Amino acid sequence: MKLETFSYLPPMTEDQVAKQVRYIVDEGLVPAVEFADNPAVKFWSMWGLPMAGVQDADAVLKELAACRAAHPKSYVKIVGYDPMRQCQVVSFVVQKPDQAV
Amino acid sequence: MSGTVRKFEAGVKEYRSKYLDLNYTPKDTDVLCAFRVTPNEGVPIEEAGAAVAAESSTGTWTEVWSDMLTNLDRYNARCYHIEPIPGQPDQHMCYIAYPLDLFEEGSVVNMMSSIIGNVFGFKAVKALRLEDIRIPVAYVKTFQGPPHGITVERDRLNKYGRPLLGGTIKPKLGLSAKNYGRVIYECLRGGLDFTKDDENINSQPFMRWRERFLWVKEAIEQAQAETGEIKGHYVNVTAATTEDMLERAEFAKEIGLPIIMHDYLTAGFTAHQTLSKWCRKNGMLLHIHRAMHAVIDRQKNHGVHFRVLAKWLRLAGGDHLHVGTVVGKLEGDRTATMAVCDLLREDFIPADKSRGIYFDQEWASLAPVFPVASGGIHVWHMPELVQIFGDDVVLQFGGGTHGHPWGSQAGATANRVALEAVVQARNEGRDIVAEGKEILVAAARTCPELRAAMETWKDIKFDFQTVDTLDAVGSPR
Repeated sequence: MKLETFSYLPPMTEDQVAKQVRYIVDEGLVPAVEFADNPAVKFWSMWGLPMAGVQDADAVLKELAACRAAHPKSYVKIVGYDPMRQCQVVSFVVQKPDQAV
Repeated sequence: MSGTVRKFEAGVKEYRSKYLDLNYTPKDTDVLCAFRVTPNEGVPIEEAGAAVAAESSTGTWTEVWSDMLTNLDRYNARCYHIEPIPGQPDQHMCYIAYPLDLFEEGSVVNMMSSIIGNVFGFKAVKALRLEDIRIPVAYVKTFQGPPHGITVERDRLNKYGRPLLGGTIKPKLGLSAKNYGRVIYECLRGGLDFTKDDENINSQPFMRWRERFLWVKEAIEQAQAETGEIKGHYVNVTAATTEDMLERAEFAKEIGLPIIMHDYLTAGFTAHQTLSKWCRKNGMLLHIHRAMHAVIDRQKNHGVHFRVLAKWLRLAGGDHLHVGTVVGKLEGDRTATMAVCDLLREDFIPADKSRGIYFDQEWASLAPVFPVASGGIHVWHMPELVQIFGDDVVLQFGGGTHGHPWGSQAGATANRVALEAVVQARNEGRDIVAEGKEILVAAARTCPELRAAMETWKDIKFDFQTVDTLDAVGSPR
């Protein structure tokens, strides 16, 4: 099974995930953490609300870590929303159940 | 009745007496055109420019009595500005304004018959090229535009933050429908998002359309089930009649295919707009191929520039449009090609003659179109392609997929891994062009398919001069 963007690459290290999150923040996108037990559903559960206005990638990574700790057997992904274009422009899965940290 | 009676004076007048007005300020509602005019020997440029305005609007070669029954000032096009073109002493850029009432609402075909009609064969000009056109917002709003647009397509496909990957099925002609479906399956299973019918596949004796569509469906469904990703194949519904075209489109929808394909220039704008509206109404994505464009747009001094054909497509409607690759086997100046991408993707594009854009163009929220880069590209081009086109593009690797030494599935995987590695590196802030080789080599360490692709195409380049180049920039108006 593949899970779209970056799913053909080896699983990302913590450092690689942090760089992608920094990209989302630097691009002025609204980051969000989402999780699901079944990755095929269209709407994953939101881990809190999308973090509009966040400047600090570490704040996002903290939420990501909290979500992963609370849902170690779920799929977890990072999303970037673009409020100007009014749509999602980034999305990639950082945790699969078989490779939870 | 009082006043002077207007007397009909039969005969031939100079065009510039009526169709040249260098003091005219174009209205916000005028359609504006920039024509590259090469007058015939002995024809002054003012007369040639006025002649183009006349012949593409209300004028005829001689005075006619029935002109007295109307107020032609309301309908005359006007040549309102003429400027020399640096380095091309025999050519001038003539700017012509057309009153909006000259055109039928929502009809590209009417705009074409008027603006690029008889005038292109007119004896006063040796050659004539329509370089750019400004469609006023008042006219834009009478068109539906693309059936869905980039955002809707990404949401439907669940693909974000990277270019989409496609590939044309090869050989272009001669596969049976099931063998054709096999090749599609291999590509989609390996990691492509889309595959594509070649433009010359319609419904030939070796593979009738209905059979092809059914095997396409099998290939897509199996690849989706095995990868968990959403897949598509552009089934070409271009046909001999609009009835046939719509029958194929209806069948594609009926069996659940997500996207269809059309050749908008060979089929013609009437058929095309019919299909585009059908796609909006029926929720089908629409991929547009541009066969025949080079017949119209390749020569620098005659014809219609592709940026105009692209604008007409955005009005008529399409969710994808081929634009060339800049780096592959087909013609395309990089600056001009990127300007076309902006015209397809952005909502406002400012005039910039150094990019060949002669007018501000406002699209007033008409949906954007995915540019499609296709033709002679392979994994080594990936860093440059991502740098040039950004995320909102479909990159199509035909030969670059099927030419892989282990077959199409491995070729698809190589392309997908190369793409994702380059996007990941870009997001990390790396210079993907300067470090392109390093990025690909690193990705190939965990992907033997990519390693083999890199070995196969390490020496292939397409270094020829472009025929249609941009001019040096003249003084700003």
